Amino acid sequence: MKKHLLAAGLLTIATPALAETPVLTVLTYDSFTSEWGPGPVIEKAFEATCACDLRFVPAGDGAALLARIQLEGKASDADVVLGLDTSLTAAAATTQLFAPHGKTPALNLPVDIADPLFLPFDWGWFAFVYDKTKVTEVPKNFEALAASDLKIVIQDPRSSTPGLGLLLWVKAAYGDKAADIWTGLADNIVTVTPGWSEAYGLFLEGEADMVLSYTTSPAYHLIAESDDTKAAALFEEGHYMQIEVAGKLAASDQPDLADRFLEFMLTDAFQSALPQTNWMYPAVTPAAGLPDGFDAYRPAKSLLMTAEEAQAARNPALAEWQAALAR
Amino acid sequence: MASRARPLGFAAPALAVLLLALVAAPLAAVGWRGAGLSLGPADWAAVRFSLAQALLSAVFSTLLAIPVARALARRRFPGRGALITLMGAPFLLPAVVAILGLLAVFGRSGLLNQGLAALGLPAISIYGLHGVVVAHIFLNLPLATRMILQGWLALPSERIRLAQSLGFGPREIFRHLEGPMLREVLPGTALVILVICLTSFAVVITLGGGPSATTIELAIYQAVRFEFDLGKAAALAGMQLALGSIATLAAWLLTRPAGFGAGLDRDLRLTAPAGWRRWGDMGALAAVGLFLTLPLAAVLLRGLPGLADLPASVLPAAGRSILVALASALLATTAALTLALAAARRPRPLIETAATLPLATSGLVLGTGLFLLIQPLVPPTTLALPVTVLVNLALSLPYLYRILLPETRALHADYGRLADSLALQGWPRLRWLVLPRLARPLGFGAGIAAALSMGDLGVIALFAGEQQATLPLVVSQLTGAYRMEAAASAALILVTLSFALFWVFDAGGRRVAA
Repeated sequence: MKKHLLAAGLLTIATPALAETPVLTVLTYDSFTSEWGPGPVIEKAFEATCACDLRFVPAGDGAALLARIQLEGKASDADVVLGLDTSLTAAAATTQLFAPHGKTPALNLPVDIADPLFLPFDWGWFAFVYDKTKVTEVPKNFEALAASDLKIVIQDPRSSTPGLGLLLWVKAAYGDKAADIWTGLADNIVTVTPGWSEAYGLFLEGEADMVLSYTTSPAYHLIAESDDTKAAALFEEGHYMQIEVAGKLAASDQPDLADRFLEFMLTDAFQSALPQTNWMYPAVTPAAGLPDGFDAYRPAKSLLMTAEEAQAARNPALAEWQAALAR
Repeated sequence: MASRARPLGFAAPALAVLLLALVAAPLAAVGWRGAGLSLGPADWAAVRFSLAQALLSAVFSTLLAIPVARALARRRFPGRGALITLMGAPFLLPAVVAILGLLAVFGRSGLLNQGLAALGLPAISIYGLHGVVVAHIFLNLPLATRMILQGWLALPSERIRLAQSLGFGPREIFRHLEGPMLREVLPGTALVILVICLTSFAVVITLGGGPSATTIELAIYQAVRFEFDLGKAAALAGMQLALGSIATLAAWLLTRPAGFGAGLDRDLRLTAPAGWRRWGDMGALAAVGLFLTLPLAAVLLRGLPGLADLPASVLPAAGRSILVALASALLATTAALTLALAAARRPRPLIETAATLPLATSGLVLGTGLFLLIQPLVPPTTLALPVTVLVNLALSLPYLYRILLPETRALHADYGRLADSLALQGWPRLRWLVLPRLARPLGFGAGIAAALSMGDLGVIALFAGEQQATLPLVVSQLTGAYRMEAAASAALILVTLSFALFWVFDAGGRRVAA
């Protein structure tokens, strides 16, 4: 009973706001909307131009986002989904819940991707991050890593997008030899964690010599903590990319506003907020350039599967991974 | 019989049905959206591993708790009260915090391996099935100790005096007093630990060391998030519930009421035997004390440096979490007492099952199912906090029920007929008989419920709106933004608040009982 009263109360509070200004609801992952993420800055900047109320609704992480949008289906309040990555977009496209964005913007990405449904907003290279004061012999590729005594901590590809990214990285670089790489890595892997933050936490606590993260992770320590001891190991095979995208929902009741938001997403006001909140490369380099540390680790070669390739590769690669490590 | 006329007579079954509906309806909603229920070989491997680690964790936690509870029951020493209170702490730690605390001691660069290295000995790895079990023992042994200690403290002093006058030694005391008491308390204790470990997620993956350590809950994660195969998720969650039900049945069949009869509440403890047993008790207490305090100290040390620069948003989040915790604890205690009083009169399989199964539900399926059920009616984010209260109520009730049941049984056996013959019913019965005599377990149970509800994150994630972050959500947001130091501090605040809530209820209950 109380719950209904509370719900009714909350609804009546919300209604007048609805009547006055249009509301744009953007479904995104937790760390985007938290006060340490880009969300608050972007909300302010967009609301200054749109005469609307921009609401970020957090929904766990990237993979949870996709599940959430499928759960809600056409009944969703959301107008835009922001934060899927290219290993998830093929599955997202088959839901038929997304509408074409109809844009062909110029982007500063090392690879060309043109998806009629999803627009990139930021990206990064996966990389193993280590402490320069502790690791002196830095491996130059996966084979050297597997041959070394270095201990690494990685994320589970069944619950985390970086974990899935590593799986696709090894697959893209080694193809049929991927299973051998995993067999070689088995004795280097201290443990597998459910998500990125657990793995990174274990690394910072000294549980592993290296952790799967991004080439931009050392920049966080440099800029936010004035700590230049962290580095990313550059691999000769090339580095797999994570490209984060946004898409407009077909059932949106604010399609025009959603379009304007996607346009705004690639402007300076949005893009310049990303490097030091999301710690990823902005899809369009801001006029002021990139902060210190973002040029420190640039791989010579970028690897990326198309959305369809990534979807097709996932299950066989997962089976390989499980078989190689389950001992 | 007299029970027919009792107003509580129909409240308890109704409550049990509601609880079962809370477990079953979301599962059905998820299964309904799915296409066919099918499990592959990888899923069966997950089921086997879940069950194996849960059985090992439950058996070791319970068996190791017996000597500790006995030492606490029969010895008096400075710091005994503090140690008993401390027993509440590990259980209340969010899994990730507990893991980091344990790793500070047992990890690759932890205290233990530093000590071994200094002695020139090879390092020990915590990662693997043994690590999972050690972590589950750390989290659950204190709870088991407290539940078993309640049994020791409930031994009537008249029986103890009789044993003393008959010249019973420790062996005879065990056979005639402690053994029957354990027979009543142990199955229920092992049951809750088994069921909670069955659904354990972060601990198992992180300390399991690789994909062979896969639990049902991880398989559910994969099914919902990457495959959106709700049918499989429902099948897996159903499997978890089936295992939980079988365990409940087994525990129910193994439990024997001790039947010591009523006493006059004289304060008398068991004779503390001298000789090697004295050293044994001291050894057990010292070992457990170290095992519990070292990781806790690590949590404290990690959290202290960042306290000063914590973000302001921690405060409202903490306030919200406390409100949720108090509401959940109040409702859960009322519900558990109703169920435990009803189940004390005669065996009630329906109530028994309803009061255990919520523990065996998958957090993700419960949240997803509630989301599917609520979404057509109101925007789910408007119900974030009420739903959290409801879920916390369901998840903490099984602990409360287990803690209360042995005591309500004894209460019924000892005072039921007297109260009935005096026509002491309804509120007066509650006020003058039930509440005073159950103050100690009620306080302990309410403390557990409140503290558990502070920590729950699993379900709110789906419902959380813009302004409703609870403290656990803030901790997870901080770790997601590289701010591990601030996250450790926020986690320290979370743990401290949980522990404070636990202490207020627990100490309150003990004071009223004394």
